[in-house]
Formats: sequence, C-alpha cells, structure tokens
Amino acid sequence: MKIAVLSGKGGTGKTLVSVNLAAVALDSVYIDCDVEEPNGHLFFQPKDLQKERVTVKLPQADPELCTGCRTCVNFCKFNALAYIKNKLIVFNEVCHSCGGCLLFCPQKAISEKEREIGLIQSGISGNVRVVSGMMNIGEVSGVPIIKKLLQDSRKENKNVFLDCPPGSACMVMESIKDADYCILVAEPTVFGVHNLEMVYELVRIFQKPFGVVLNKCLEEENPAEDFCLQNQITILEKIPFDLELGTMHSNGQIAVRKHPKYKELFLNLLKTVSKEARHETASDT
Amino acid sequence: MKQLLILSGKGGTGKTTIAGAFIKLAEARAYADCDVDAPNLHLIMTHISKARQTDYYGMEKAVIDTELCDSCSICRQNCRFEAINESNGKYEVDSYACEGCGVCDAVCPIGAVFLQPAVAGELMLYKDNGVFSTARLKMGSGTSGKLVSEVKKQLKQEAADADLVIIDGSPGIGCPVIASLNGADMVLIVAEPSLSGISDMKRIIATAEKFRIKIGVCINKYDTNKELAQKIEAFCQERDLSIVGKIPFDTAAIKAINKGEVIVDIDCPAGWAATNVFYKTLKLMNS
Repeated sequence: MKIAVLSGKGGTGKTLVSVNLAAVALDSVYIDCDVEEPNGHLFFQPKDLQKERVTVKLPQADPELCTGCRTCVNFCKFNALAYIKNKLIVFNEVCHSCGGCLLFCPQKAISEKEREIGLIQSGISGNVRVVSGMMNIGEVSGVPIIKKLLQDSRKENKNVFLDCPPGSACMVMESIKDADYCILVAEPTVFGVHNLEMVYELVRIFQKPFGVVLNKCLEEENPAEDFCLQNQITILEKIPFDLELGTMHSNGQIAVRKHPKYKELFLNLLKTVSKEARHETASDT
Repeated sequence: MKQLLILSGKGGTGKTTIAGAFIKLAEARAYADCDVDAPNLHLIMTHISKARQTDYYGMEKAVIDTELCDSCSICRQNCRFEAINESNGKYEVDSYACEGCGVCDAVCPIGAVFLQPAVAGELMLYKDNGVFSTARLKMGSGTSGKLVSEVKKQLKQEAADADLVIIDGSPGIGCPVIASLNGADMVLIVAEPSLSGISDMKRIIATAEKFRIKIGVCINKYDTNKELAQKIEAFCQERDLSIVGKIPFDTAAIKAINKGEVIVDIDCPAGWAATNVFYKTLKLMNS
C-alpha cells in the first residue's frame, strides 16, 4: 500500500503524520519527497546510509562540429540555449533535458553529459527504511529527484509512506500520481482551509481516495473541520494541539517511539487508513 | 522602490502572518503574494473592490489530432516526460506530464501533433488602499517561477512610484523562491525553533546568500522551544546575520487570522513583538 501525505500549506504536520505512521507500521518505507526542504531524516537518524547522486542530462556542443546554425537555439522552448561569440552556451538551471537540441542538430554536434542536481539518501531506522530526496541548494527544480524516488518506490512491496512537498503544483502531483491513498493534513485556520481546498481539488482531479487529518485542533471553532463536514470528507483523525507532542516533534523525536499515548493514536490512524484504502480498492473492482 | 521579501524555507512558520502585519504597519501602497502554489495573503487583507483577473499562460501543451494520427508511436518514443499514453492504439497527451518542449510536434512525420497555449493560472490585481498583486497557479501546473515573475511585473507596472514593496514569498528553495529573490533588496527570514525549522532555515539562508541580498532573521513562536531558539540566535551570530526580533506563540494570533484580521489589529503579545520586528527590519534594510 502506498500512502501519500500532503497539504497545500506548509507546516501543517505532514512530516509529523508520515514519520509517525511509518514508525508505527510493522515494516515500512518512509520516502521524503519534500526535496527542497527534507526533514524526515532528522527524526529517523537513519543508519547504514547509502547515497546516490541524481543527475539530469545536459547538452554540450562539440565546437569542431557546431556550425552555429542555431537550429537548437531556435528549437529550445525553455530558452536554455544561446549562441554567443561562436559558442553554444547552455543555461543549466532552465534546461528541461527534453533532448530536442540533440535530436534536431543537423550536424550531430550535440551530446549529453550528466549534471548533479541532488541526491537520494537511504538508510535504516529500526523498522523503517528511510529514503530522502535532497535537492542541491541553488537548483530550480527537484522534479527529477521526485521522479527517481517514485520510480524506486514502485519496486517496494511494503507499506510506503510518501511525505510530499507543500503546495499543489507539479512537484506534489508527481508525488501522488501512483499513491493508493492520500492523507490531507489540515490546520484549524482560514489559511489551512483555503489550502486544504486546493489539495482537495488536486486529489479529485487525480481521482485518488483520500481522507483528512485535522492537526493542532484547539477547543475553539475549527474552520477546517467545518469544511470537511460541509463537503462530506472523511475525517480520519483529530490530533489535538498538544504542547508535549509539539515539543517532542520540534526536538526531532518520534512521538510513537517515545510515548504509548501517541503510539495508540497513530496506530488507530494507521488502522483507519488501511481500512479506508482497502475499502477503496475493493469498490474499484 | 525597495523590495522587502519574506521567506522561511519551511512552510507554516508565519510568513503571511508577518507580511500582513508589516503591510498594515507600513501602510504599504504596494504588496504582493508570491506564494502562487498556496496564496493566503488575500485572506487577511481587506479589499473593497474586486480583483482584476488575467489568465496566465504557462508553457504550451502538446495535443494529438486523433483524426490524423496513424499511431506510429514516434512521438511517444521521443518524449522524455512519459507524457504520451497509448491505449487501444490511440495516442493521447497527458497534459499534466507534458512540459511543452515540442519534441513530439517536431518528430511527428505527418503533423498530427501540435502545441497549444494553455492557461496555467490566474493573476489577480487589487487596487484600492494600495496595489496588491497576487496569483494562483492551476492545480498540478508547473512553471511557478514564471508566474512569480509575472506577479512582480504586474506590481511594478501598477505601483511604479511606491517606495516600499512588501512581498510574501513561498516555502522551499526552488523555482518560485528563486524568482521572488530576483530584484529583492532585503530578505526577512521567518524561522521556527524546531529541528526541521533550523535545517530549512539554513537551506534558505544559503540560497539567499547566492543573491548577495541583505538578510534579517526573526524567530517566530520562539517560546515553544527556547533551547532551539537560542541555537538559531547562536547560528546567526556566528554567520554575522542580524536577528530582528522574536515573536511569542500566541493563540490570539490564530483568532485574529480566523477573523480575517492581521495580528497588529488586536492588542496581543504577538502583535507587539511583530511591530518591533517591523521597525528593526526597516532600519536594517535602510542601513
């Protein structure tokens, strides 16, 4: 089963939910798709680390063969190429590695080289295999890293928990594409609701089964809860605003490994999610 | 025109809450929300007039003319984004996966594939108390960096004479953040005292430093973990970065936001602290 944890807004508790669910599951894989700001590894402190570079293909022209015809420059929709002073210049960060320049060069003067944009780090933390994508600072797009993470995750037959980046743009979309179930984490503010609406729309576009975890619930009114009730969205769990939980989490501790109270909470959530996900698969067939 | 940009790396540290307070305190005549993936600033800004809306076109998307297509699959073989799907001999473009590179269009031997403009979001402009430029990216779209640049361009056109521009940024360190950093005069980083918060703060500082922009750091909800708040201060001192203030955790702030108010509208500790941060930030920016 592959479960994606997402939220339009940042800081609602995606990492809290996905880390604790992975830790409470018997044998699981946690994958951090928030490649711009990966945090899961700070909690798991995985051992036996393995690192793999993630590269993209970047064109380069052989100056001997290049005649300066500019076919490639004119073709490139991303404006990643320029021919200046008898030389083909490649703007690395904006290149999408589509391969068009290479394909259409009449002189076959273009070849490709690998450029590192980040890495995938994996390791073990107790019952959890921890995989984190990490984009290099200064890079523009982490999409190739997420694609690689997801490609690798398809080989997993354990329970996989995907900690997604915030927002609802291309990065998030990549992460939820092949998830079996989506958990939307929302906080009780008007900001929270507004961004919940956005991911709600996204999971519906992709026709993913989903439910909502309401995090940081206070005694007062909860606009996120109201939204769920109005739209008949399954509320999987309400996690109260809790100083003890907050402090543990801010110190990088995994609550379910520290305290039976939280172990029970997340075990319950896991059970609910498994039931919901199974139900969805059953109703598909 | 001076541009003050508010960033954080990590999401949910309080960028929008602080941006809202600053706009109110500065009586800003020009401001923008560059978090085009999840814009929220408009929720706490009062606007009398309706926004002027303009469609934002991102990259073009490929379309296959199924009448013409003879299913040779050359486009599919050459698409590096796995954006062309085949089912029962019919070929179709997955517009979410398509990045608009145009390879399929160029390789199709019979001209059955073409590129078509696609709306990828919406630009909004409010003009009443001040000029407020914002946008919203369509679900699952890419090119958020380009939309951020459009938000800033729109603001510049409409408020060319404003001395101060306040910009609410997006989380992360990737394309929208980099696009918002372009042309900024100062970055205020809203940090949060948690292990994740510190890790993310370091990454956004390293990103901003590449642009050689003045950086100030404020610690929000500092009293939720005083030990880690001290670590942030120590890190900033070591790196010679100015701390412009600390804001306490305050449930009154949450209530204000849920009523569509900014935290300096009400009398509360978070509001007082934010006021302090504002004046220190201005001083640093103008020094």
